[in-house]
Amino acid sequence: MADSDPSTAFSREQRVVHCTRADYVATVRGLLADTFSMCVDLTAVDYLTYAGDRSLPADVVGERFEVVVNLLSIEKRERARVRVQVPVNDATIATLFDLYPGSEAMEREVYDMFGIVFTDHPDLTRILMPEDWDGFPLRKDYDQGSIPVQFSGDFAAKP
Amino acid sequence: MSLIKDIQADGFGGIPHNAITAKLEDLVGWARSRSSWPASFGLACCAIEMMATGAAHYDISRFGMEVFRASPRQADIMIVAGRVSQKMAPVLRQVYDQMMEPKWVISMGVCASSGGMFNNYAIVQGVDQVVPVDVYAPGCPPTPETLIHAIETLHQKIEDGELLKRRTATGGGAHMHVTEIPQGARPMPVILGRR
Amino acid sequence: MTSSKSGILATIEGGNEAEQGLKPRSELTARELMREVGAVLRMSEAEVAKLGDAPDDPADDQTMIINMGPQHPSTHGVLRLMLELQGETVLRCKPIIGYLHTGMEKTGEALTYMQGGTNVTRMDYVSPLNNELVFSMATEKLLGIENEIPERAVWMRMLLSELNRMSSHLLFLATNGMDLGAVSMMIYGWREREEVLRFFQKVTGLRMNHNFIRPGGVAADLPEGWRDDVLRLLELIPPRLEEYDTLMTGQPIWRDRLQGVGVITAQEAMALGATGPILRSTGVAWDLRREQPYLHYDEVDFDVVIGKYGDAFDRYSIRLNEVRESMRIVRQILDRMPGGDYRIQNKKVTPPPRARINESMEALIHHFKLFTEGFKVPEGEVYVAIESPRGEIGCYIASDGSATPYRMHVRAPSFANIQCLPHMMRGGLIADAVAIISSTDPVLGEVDR
Repeated sequence: MADSDPSTAFSREQRVVHCTRADYVATVRGLLADTFSMCVDLTAVDYLTYAGDRSLPADVVGERFEVVVNLLSIEKRERARVRVQVPVNDATIATLFDLYPGSEAMEREVYDMFGIVFTDHPDLTRILMPEDWDGFPLRKDYDQGSIPVQFSGDFAAKP
Repeated sequence: MSLIKDIQADGFGGIPHNAITAKLEDLVGWARSRSSWPASFGLACCAIEMMATGAAHYDISRFGMEVFRASPRQADIMIVAGRVSQKMAPVLRQVYDQMMEPKWVISMGVCASSGGMFNNYAIVQGVDQVVPVDVYAPGCPPTPETLIHAIETLHQKIEDGELLKRRTATGGGAHMHVTEIPQGARPMPVILGRR
Repeated sequence: MTSSKSGILATIEGGNEAEQGLKPRSELTARELMREVGAVLRMSEAEVAKLGDAPDDPADDQTMIINMGPQHPSTHGVLRLMLELQGETVLRCKPIIGYLHTGMEKTGEALTYMQGGTNVTRMDYVSPLNNELVFSMATEKLLGIENEIPERAVWMRMLLSELNRMSSHLLFLATNGMDLGAVSMMIYGWREREEVLRFFQKVTGLRMNHNFIRPGGVAADLPEGWRDDVLRLLELIPPRLEEYDTLMTGQPIWRDRLQGVGVITAQEAMALGATGPILRSTGVAWDLRREQPYLHYDEVDFDVVIGKYGDAFDRYSIRLNEVRESMRIVRQILDRMPGGDYRIQNKKVTPPPRARINESMEALIHHFKLFTEGFKVPEGEVYVAIESPRGEIGCYIASDGSATPYRMHVRAPSFANIQCLPHMMRGGLIADAVAIISSTDPVLGEVDR
């Protein structure tokens, strides 16, 4: 990736590349060709209830979901982070499986936890939750699922 | 043979020196408690402490329990060591059902006893929602001393033998159904586990 | 909650994880068959065609799909493997995880940054201090105080991290031995581990899941006499490691069982995202302590142990020798441990000493606020990675300026390492399956989180 690419930013001295879903595979392929041979981590964030300022670059439209890919270059000892915005009403994005086979389980986890569908993924099924589970746990509109804890001294609690 | 010779030599006074008499219930309870074999059901961090209890420093071999049976059919005690997730709960129940009566369950650690610090969608809030528990051992993880205390508490309960009565009363756990075969009838299949 | 008790019983009676399991051979598409022979690992189709080891598409009734786990005697936790066997040869293997999913990332969003350590430490429960370290480092980076941590705190973190590496590798030696049949190794490994845990109990108060390394430093100072305890450890363990060398490394049975088993090449390991001893066994000298140093690892002298053949024996030897290297580092830390504070003196981040609460109103208020509300962390997102005994563990935190992380994700090394299992097991015998899992050294707590 050229340094003149306007979407490259630095977050706490870490290189971050923003791209759109359309450019996603091309961007990652470019990084792969630039010795970023290991996909260390692929995760997502749900920005539904984000209270702060997302401080995205000017040309990036913030969506509810953001897929974050962490890449590592062993030769250059560098890391790069790719952030892609994914809207909730069309929560699909291309898979990185053909570039990095190690992203298979990570994409399955993102699908399981957020409901983001990775097109052309070889095996997009739930990985952490039981397969008949309803809902996507890490979304912000999904409750923690706590049960009320019985406390004998708590007279104020409703029965 | 030597027992009979001793009795012949000493007369009936020889019997107390050569034979132990007790109630059958006491003897069975004593034997069961001294050689109860655990089924390995180590799930998370508590499993590490359970293995430490089996290792040389804490050594549950002193209590006859060092053989962690892989097959639940050969085990007496199931020590549920660790947090039970939604996906694991049916497996837990299936393993418990495969154990032969008499069987006991120790719920090791706070995650197994009540869900622990994980009061959320993913963890079953206490394994007593899935299997009947006899002894709860608190701790996160319980130190090997705590686990040994829990085991000894259970052994005392086993020796006192009240558990089989409890099992029938509450209907907890898998039943062993015994049906008398009438004379001359065809043998009936025995269904073990959950009916 | 969606699942109730009746739901659990219904699952026993009705379904199984059919969707997540292994499909029979007759239902495989051509693409999946290619993937089975490793075509996905960036081999061209021409190279795949040259592979002679693939059995000639056997008829479906000649292969058998068996299920191993999630409850099984191999001591690596609740990992379920579905294996497709032709006779004794493993053709396909699919690890099915999720049996220990605890919702820790969701829980992390509800806990403050000071409480976060209690949550994160239970992920990789065999090396808990490393989890706490990476979480604390990520928090400190967001706070902007990562260069202001006192020297003593940094060296204490290094000491604890290396001792934790030792105890984790000793556990690996124990479980690896037992999985391969050297049952006495289980007892020996735990015997050594007890010594290290005794030191941890003296310093942190707990044998496991310490919650000791916190944002800003560590929770308490080293106790009196810690040097003697560490020296005792350093005298005790080397002769025992020699014993293990005699018991295992040179023995023909051990070598036959591990050499050539579970071979993986460097290119494959990097494509699959494997790090740690798995990557180092292929000859790639990648250790974050050396390549992207954190704490003061650039000031201590140690070797990065690498292998050559990428097999299980190399991984075993690497971990055995990493114990020796960790002891070397600990010896240097002993000499260089400075005095000073054990946590940063930033009142907004670290609580005041307990004694001051009785004296100063301000200290009381700070204590109260820190433990009830927690400290607020500026907005932003950061990813920090360190070298845990299993590979690269990373923590990605996105903060929205409040006292709890908006999103906390831990990149667990075993999650990626487990993806190597199908590749390592293919073509091997089922008896080697346990050896291969054991050489990967997965901890299911961090796989499932």
